[in-house]
Amino acid sequence: MEKISVNSISKSYGNVEALKGVSFNVDGGELFGLIGPDGAGKTTLMRIITTLLLPDSGNAKVCGYDVANEYKKVRTLLGYMPGRFSLYQDLSVEENLNFFAGVFGTTVQENYDLIKNIYYKLEPFKKRRAGKLSGGMKQKLALSCALVHKPEVLVLDEPTTGVDAVSRKEFWDLLKELKMQGITIIVSTAYMDEASLCDRIALIQNGKILGVNTPTGIINAFPYKLFSIECEKPTHALENIRSLSICKNAYLFGNSLHFVSNNEENSPEIIAKTLEESGVKVDSVNEVSPEIEDCFIERMQRQ
Amino acid sequence: MKRSRFTDFVTKEYKHIWRDPRTLLIVIIMPVLQMLIFGYVVSNEIKNADVVIYDQSNDYLTNRLTQKLNASGYFRTRVLARKASDIGSAFRRGDAKIALVYPPNFAQNIKRLGHVNIQIITDASEPNTASILDSYARAVITSFMGEISGLGFSSSINIETQMLYNKEMKAAFMFVPGTMVLILMLITAMMTSISITKEKELGTMEILLVSPLKPSQIIIGKVLPYVALAFFNSLVILLMGYTVFGLPLRGNLALLLGVVFLFIILALSLGILISTLSKTQQVAMFMSMFALMLPTILLSGFIFPIENMPKVLQWLSLIMPPRWFLSALKTIMIKGQGLWYVWKEILILTGMIVVFLTISVKKFNIRLS
Repeated sequence: MEKISVNSISKSYGNVEALKGVSFNVDGGELFGLIGPDGAGKTTLMRIITTLLLPDSGNAKVCGYDVANEYKKVRTLLGYMPGRFSLYQDLSVEENLNFFAGVFGTTVQENYDLIKNIYYKLEPFKKRRAGKLSGGMKQKLALSCALVHKPEVLVLDEPTTGVDAVSRKEFWDLLKELKMQGITIIVSTAYMDEASLCDRIALIQNGKILGVNTPTGIINAFPYKLFSIECEKPTHALENIRSLSICKNAYLFGNSLHFVSNNEENSPEIIAKTLEESGVKVDSVNEVSPEIEDCFIERMQRQ
Repeated sequence: MKRSRFTDFVTKEYKHIWRDPRTLLIVIIMPVLQMLIFGYVVSNEIKNADVVIYDQSNDYLTNRLTQKLNASGYFRTRVLARKASDIGSAFRRGDAKIALVYPPNFAQNIKRLGHVNIQIITDASEPNTASILDSYARAVITSFMGEISGLGFSSSINIETQMLYNKEMKAAFMFVPGTMVLILMLITAMMTSISITKEKELGTMEILLVSPLKPSQIIIGKVLPYVALAFFNSLVILLMGYTVFGLPLRGNLALLLGVVFLFIILALSLGILISTLSKTQQVAMFMSMFALMLPTILLSGFIFPIENMPKVLQWLSLIMPPRWFLSALKTIMIKGQGLWYVWKEILILTGMIVVFLTISVKKFNIRLS
């Protein structure tokens, strides 16, 4: 069953079109990722889903309720964690949690099962003021507060931005556990490597959805052969490589270069040879399977 | 369930106040300090003001009047002018800010014609001081008139002064109600507008909006602690005015507190209105400062008499809530009058509350932006 459905939503701020006809569905019990760079329109979309903004056109439904007309009903079903840390810095961990439980007309005890896995790590610090917590702790507290009323749908706007790698991993493990408990989760992120942790993802760029699929589905749909090239001075070589006739696209990928071949006949040997001929000192060429970032770049270029 | 949700909210708001030293300073310490500062430092009472006497008669009556001026404690003869131009030069030197001109044949004219004119000249480069000195001098002359009529003169020194209820022009009568207005405006209007915009700025408003709380619950939960604080402060100010500065509490105390409460609600609705119009704490603060505090100080009649303002500003003062509050406060406290004499003020204040709250409710966003 669809828990969230977004139908051709557009939204502009003045002359800037933040969203241009966005549509997708999130099924019940799904961990759905909204993947895109900063400024792609993720936060705007999240705010429309959480009833905080009205779309200019199109509509969105949460559990069958319209976010514009039936916002009161939607607000009782949602758990929302905004992009910025939005808790009371001058209240303690415990007080924040109790307050948000109270606001939603419940108590911490009532839904303790749901948050205990997250909260037990915070428990030693429960008297500490929220403002004095570390980034990872703050994020866990914010998640606890968003969950304390046992929402049907959890909306997380870039929850892992600015959090260290260990805390990020822990956080995704927590999301997996919550999913097991039947909560539908939609999470946005600019980290492409987090995409593979979702059940399904939507790639978003410049207010447009580039594709919706499972991470494997997205990767399998990559239409070209992809090679990873290690060479001297990759930044300099890039321009040279792009001008080659056998090259569809090339870009930096970590310390190496990713080379998108424009035909099926290319092999590492052919590419290495062509590169050497054009004056690039090649260390190695290997065929690799694409990652989400490759798919993202390819789809972006297709637009 | 609803009640507990609400008490949770109010409790949280109390914690915000108690844990922020700056807020605490503003709401607890400042009222007392301000009261004392107004009482002792910026007192408008002027003592031993230098005065120029230009006595063209120099008879027993004018001498007596001069003596009376000196004995009042408000004036001290600095210059005895011999010609009219001495007054101007004394003013220019800064020797005095007020001069009294007695006409020739003062005693004779009073006896024969039954009236004389006394001219009061003040240095109006400091209008406030000038008007105060002017009224002091008038008070002394009026009382002088009373004295000489007792001596069998049909006195009419043509000066119109009406200073009922406050013959000595005690400054406390003016600054205690005035300070109360300032404090209430500051604590209720400014602090509530800041505390509401703070939630917007920190992003917590986003979560509160997404919660099932109604906008009215959010607002009332946020302002309730400030109502209590403001009311407490009013009591402190009244008590200090009564004990430290000898302000009378002549009217009905319940009516007085009722009016105070009404004004607190009014200031609150202003604060809410400001918070719906501003996005950041800074904007809220500036709006409170410039849109509330300055008009309160300048146009309410707290410091500058409304009667002395240009017509346009007099009209403007009509829409200043503090003006009506001050008027009601003085009527009840100092004149000791009852409800019948302040119904107009109460009606106007209530009307303003309705207007401000209606606009606020219309403007309060159930969404972002």
